[in-house]
Formats: sequence, structure tokens, C-alpha cells
Amino acid sequence: MSQKLLSVEGLEVRFHTPKGIVEAVRGISFDVGKEKVGIVGESGSGKTMTGRSVLRLVRPPGEVRAKRIDFDGIDLQGLDEVEMREIRGRRIAMVMQDPKFSLNPVMTVGRQIAEAYLVHHKVAAAQARERTLEMLAAVKIRDPERVYGLYPHEVSGGMGQRIMMAMMLIPDPDLLIADEPTSALDVTVSMQVLAILDDLVTQRGMGLMFISHDLNLVASFCDRVVIMYAGRIVETCKASELQQAKHPYTQGLLASLPRIDRPVAELSVLSRDPAWRDGPVVVDGVMRS
Amino acid sequence: MIEVQNLAVTFGEGASAIRAVNGIDFRVAAGETFGLVGESGSGKSTVLRALSGLNPDWTGAMRVDGQALDRKRSKAFYKLVQMVFQDPYGSLHPRHTVDHVLAEPLTIHGMLDVDRRIEQALAEVGLGPAFRFRYPHQLSGGQRQRVAIARALILEPKVLLLDEPTSSLDVSVQAEILNLLQRLKRERGLTFILVTHNLAVVAHMCDRLAVMNAGRIVEEMTVSDLRKGAARQAYTLQLFNASLGYDRAKAKELITFA
Repeated sequence: MSQKLLSVEGLEVRFHTPKGIVEAVRGISFDVGKEKVGIVGESGSGKTMTGRSVLRLVRPPGEVRAKRIDFDGIDLQGLDEVEMREIRGRRIAMVMQDPKFSLNPVMTVGRQIAEAYLVHHKVAAAQARERTLEMLAAVKIRDPERVYGLYPHEVSGGMGQRIMMAMMLIPDPDLLIADEPTSALDVTVSMQVLAILDDLVTQRGMGLMFISHDLNLVASFCDRVVIMYAGRIVETCKASELQQAKHPYTQGLLASLPRIDRPVAELSVLSRDPAWRDGPVVVDGVMRS
Repeated sequence: MIEVQNLAVTFGEGASAIRAVNGIDFRVAAGETFGLVGESGSGKSTVLRALSGLNPDWTGAMRVDGQALDRKRSKAFYKLVQMVFQDPYGSLHPRHTVDHVLAEPLTIHGMLDVDRRIEQALAEVGLGPAFRFRYPHQLSGGQRQRVAIARALILEPKVLLLDEPTSSLDVSVQAEILNLLQRLKRERGLTFILVTHNLAVVAHMCDRLAVMNAGRIVEEMTVSDLRKGAARQAYTLQLFNASLGYDRAKAKELITFA
């Protein structure tokens, strides 16, 4: 791995609910360098909460604790809310899962993107508009001039997702946390969007935390994969070695996927072992307790 | 079993009219699983909705089990053809219990033996009798989709229209639901039309498939040809390649088909 951008140690996220404490993330540690790290898991595994806690976006009754959250030499936990705002958006950006709920419904998408640029850069409005149009074109939106003036309800889900991506990338962040950024997109559009992210990582040295439930996509796109189960990281490995995963949960997930190249009469079904919750984990093919 | 000829569906009028489906033909034999594949806006779901009677504004001819379909469908039609929707959160009434959901079609069709049929329907989709008096919010996504399948099958139809039945589920749950559908099909000799954007799911479930783009069928092929990547049309080939995973070189070469 290249130089560390983000280093997280002992992260815990819990929710105090009327029915007791729900532990969404249970003490995980990981690093992200100038690379593509895939965080994979099923619903409820804690992958989204992991992404959100880095940016301090977990709202009460959620409670985040960590031994350490370091970003580029800065202790994120030691920052006050004003200092955190300097980091959020400008240096670490996050693309959320659902663009419909993340965009302001009464402001044109172009103005929203330009605003994201103006908050962090002291330039004239015309220049921000110019930059916004470039960014819309970069995320493969065909007619940027027209789309600039549209309201969020006038764009499709796939286009909304690309607009969000343009908004998050326009301040030129060092680390992008992308939560299922392509799951609402058609496969071909999704490939084009991934190519943009790929370029930003390989050419500009951005770090990418790619949160996804799609194992095949992560295996083909990312450099490293982190697999989460019940709030813990159960396995980490090189993306190219995901097919040789050692943890029974990872193996079970891979086996339950239908594949074009490998016909099977019946799909194998994952039988969950209660021991996975607290049992040994696998790091680069080696079992650890 | 199913025959569709020159089906067209138009939304809106005049200059703003959109031809969602633009004259398509296909046939599905009894006991076959036929896949309709395409990207969003290709018209695949609209075909299913026209076939199921949810969209009365269509032209062309459709036949199911030898009967020509009209704009308005008879009760008998719904005993023959049922549908399972994509979103198990949206397709069940939030304030109706599972019991209510399953009893409703039986009451409409005047079928007797309600208790036995509901219990049997639940057992067949792998839900115990304990689920009978639960509300949708007390169920997981996979369990809800099982209820939706039970609701579709309780009238003992011959044809099941499946609109992205697993695309909002986790992969391990997807495997369970696909296995369930395959088993029910075997046991009851059902005919399926499966709409999805996932080529791997189509390859697993179907015998034949049609690839749709911009309201037309671009290509019809067998699943064994799909597995070999033996597509005749550039559009299908591009879809196939994109489904295999991310490939930097290929991503740069993608073109937009109108």
C-alpha cells in the first residue's frame, strides 16, 4: 500500500434504542492509502456507518467511539465542528447512496454544484459555472448546459447519482467515500463512472473508500477488499485474490452468486454460523483469532 | 403459452409522446422461462405491465394460453397470470397482515378452504405458520418477497410475471429466492417471464432471452449462446462485457446506443 491517508483504529458505532443498545460497528481498524479500497457486506453489516463515522455524520442516538481516526496527520476526533467543516467536502467527500434525498429539491442542480465549489474556492460566479459545466461533462452527462438548469425531480436516478458525484468531486477532495455510488446505474453507465473514479485515484492520487454489496464489481474494480459481517471486518485481502477467500462467510457469499460463465443447477445458500460474529478473522489469507 | 405480436405502448400525446415499446414480437412456450433484459428505459417493464393488464394503452396483439387479451382483463385472466414486483417494501400494504394479503385474492375469486390454502401457500414459500399474522414491517426484505410470491401463487396461476424479483435483495437472499422460484416452477409446471438487468440472473434462470433497447428487441438468443458470449449485436455484446465486471480498457470504449 502507498502512503496512508486515513487510518482508523478500534471504531465502534452504537445506537441507544428503546429496546437496548444496537452495536452497528464493533471495533474495526483499517487504513486507506491512495488506492481503491472496497468495503463489502450485506445490509446491516455496518459498512455505511463505517463510512459515515469518518466524516462524523452519524446522528444521535448514534454514538461513535474510536481509539484513533487519523486523516493525513490530523486527528479527526480532536477537531471541533468548525474545523471539521473545513475537512468535510473539501478534503474528504462522500457520495451517498440515494441522490433523491441528498439534493436540495428547490435549487437547480447546476447551482448546487457551483455552490459546492464556491464554498471552498474564492472565485467569481461565472468561473464556478464554467467549472460546474466541465464537471458535469466529466461525469458523462450529455448536455451539461441543459442539465445545469434542471431541478432534482426532473432528473433520473442514474443522472442524479452522477450529479452527486460531480458535486462531491468539484472541490477536488483527497479522499472520497462512495456509498453504493453505482448501484442505481445501468451497467454501461456504471462502468463509465467507475472509469472516472479510477482516473482520479491512479492519476491524481485520490484515496477511495468504495462501499458496495457487489462482490464481483469490487473484485474487478478495487485494489483491496474489506469484508464486513455483523459490524466486524471478517476478512481483508487483495481484490485480485478475492476468489481465493478463506473466511467461510466470504466463500459463502461468492458461492451464492449466479455466474454467466459457470452454470449450476441450484445456487448454494449461505448458512450463517453464529461463530462468525466473534470468531477468527482472515487477513491476507491468514487466519487470526 | 404466451404470444406477443407487434406490441407498442405510447405514453403521452402529440409532440411529447414517448414510445416506450415500439413494436415487439415474442413467444414463450409452456414451461419455459423467458428473460427480458435491458437497461433502464428500454421498455422491458412496460412490456410486462401491458401483458399483466396494468397498462391498458397498448396496440398490437397478445395471447395467453390461446386466449386473445383485451384492454380490460377478466377475473379468469388473473387466475391464469400473476405478477411479482421488484420492491417488496412497496408491493405489500403496510397495514395489512400477511393473512389479509393472502386472503384477499381468495375472496375475490370466491375460493373456498381459505385457512388451508393460506397455510399451504406460506409453507410452500418456506415461511412457517407463525408469519401469518405479522405485518410487513415485521418482515425482512427476503421474507416480504416470499409473501409476494405466495400471494401470486395462491390462485394457482400457470404464468408468473417476475419484474426484477431479487434486485433489491442481498445476494445471499437472492440465491434463496431464485432457488425457491425454480423449485415452484418445477413442481407446478409454471411458465415464467423474468424482467431483469442482471445477465447472471438471466443465465441462471432462463432458457431464452430477448435483449431490449429503446423500446425494441435488439436480439433474441438462447442462454447457452449468452454463456458463450455469442451475441450477434454490438449492443448485446457491450452489455455482456460490462456485466463481467470493471475493465478499464473496455470502459473507455463504451458507446451509447440510441
